[in-house]
Amino acid sequence: MQPQEFWREIPQRYRLEASKCLKCGAVFFPPRRRCAACGHEKFALTRLPREGKVTTFSVIRQGGGDMIRISPYAVCLVELEGGVKIAAQLVDVEPEAIKTGMPVRLEFRKIRETGDAGVICYGYKAVPA
Amino acid sequence: MKNVKVGIVGYGSYIPRNRIKVEEIAKVWGADAPSYRRGLMLQEKSVPSWDQDTATMSVEAARRALQRCKVSPQDIGAVYVGSESHPYAVKPTGTIVAEAIGAVPHCHTADLEFACKAGSEGMFIASQQVRAGSFPYALAIGADTSQGAPGDALEYSAAAGAAAFILGRDQILAELLETHAYMTDTPDFWRREHMFYPKHGGRFTGEEAYFRHLLTCSREIMEKSGRKPKDFAYAVFHQPNGKFPYRAGEMLGFEKEQIDTGCLVPKLGNTYSGASPLGLSAVLDAAKPGDIILMVSYGSGAGSDGFIWKATSLLSKVQGLAPKTWDQINKDPRYLDYGSYAKHRGKIRMNEGD
Repeated sequence: MQPQEFWREIPQRYRLEASKCLKCGAVFFPPRRRCAACGHEKFALTRLPREGKVTTFSVIRQGGGDMIRISPYAVCLVELEGGVKIAAQLVDVEPEAIKTGMPVRLEFRKIRETGDAGVICYGYKAVPA
Repeated sequence: MKNVKVGIVGYGSYIPRNRIKVEEIAKVWGADAPSYRRGLMLQEKSVPSWDQDTATMSVEAARRALQRCKVSPQDIGAVYVGSESHPYAVKPTGTIVAEAIGAVPHCHTADLEFACKAGSEGMFIASQQVRAGSFPYALAIGADTSQGAPGDALEYSAAAGAAAFILGRDQILAELLETHAYMTDTPDFWRREHMFYPKHGGRFTGEEAYFRHLLTCSREIMEKSGRKPKDFAYAVFHQPNGKFPYRAGEMLGFEKEQIDTGCLVPKLGNTYSGASPLGLSAVLDAAKPGDIILMVSYGSGAGSDGFIWKATSLLSKVQGLAPKTWDQINKDPRYLDYGSYAKHRGKIRMNEGD
């Protein structure tokens, strides 16, 4: 990954910055330029809450590339308080203990390293609340 | 300037969930686990997951510090991160933390290194900056994910954790009454550039290093403030193992009960730059208004920073607003075997590209 690719997404990855439509109030993450609900093009910046619950999940047992280090690992869809859904890795829990509806919160974690000498990408992951 | 009140207005801690017991490490190296339990009073230590480092733990600790106060991140004028395990050799950890909590862009940031006292260095600088009026608030963090070489005595204690403190002049939870710094050039522990593991001077790390600096700093700061050990509700000393802080306390005239709350190392391990700051966070979780707290760090190389804090009536209102330190230590630990520990800590050499 080139550093500028990662850098562009820092507001979303670090601070969960989303866009809220000034006309209909719909919230989009990642932010959009045009409201998918009403077509309006003016938005306010908002930050998503970090607490939510797992709505669905999948356990990957044959991780590819550097994911072999953490296999098996889980990815999930989290419905945050307020209703926005967000995809994230689910960590700090054994795969067999994951359940739909379990409360989670989003923590700041390392997402990946581009080799031993490359940039370190940080972002959010879900952990049991 | 010294008559300007400054103190801690928010604090937070973060401890990874993973643990490894000393018996599991000793089993691999054919060592005598009971001697580590008895001699160094070590039972287990925290282990960071592969996706946790000084930056991630610092961010989480800082967010918890913000939960305990009404400070806007945009009013934090300085972010100082003390660690000997910054993720990058060249690129600051502080910018990552400042960006994640929303303190950028009008913010002064610095990464600090001084072995195990880098965290208290940040607290020292942040408090003086706030006292001088340079910033309304300053954030100081001590965090580490340090490693001991496989089989070395340090492997039994080198742990991970972070503590964050927001220093300010209003809404103070613990007022800073006195500071003192004591240091000399003493090569008791070091890590050279490009080296993965640190080296140490064995028993030289004791009398001439830890005890000389920590005891002298403690005596000087108590004399400066006109206080004696009996005047303190709590004492927090740097804790490379369980034996040293209790022995130092005894030599200074403190009772075991004054040290217990802030001595995390038997269950947590040595969190290096996070050690005495995390000890202070545990004490702040329990302190009552008016309690006087002595905190003295120690960093190899070598030096000690001393602080005397006084808990205010506001403290009890915020103690429950974020996870408490002892609760994090005791709640739902996940015990690793040595193989998983080695994987999480990057001790296993992989093929290029994996």
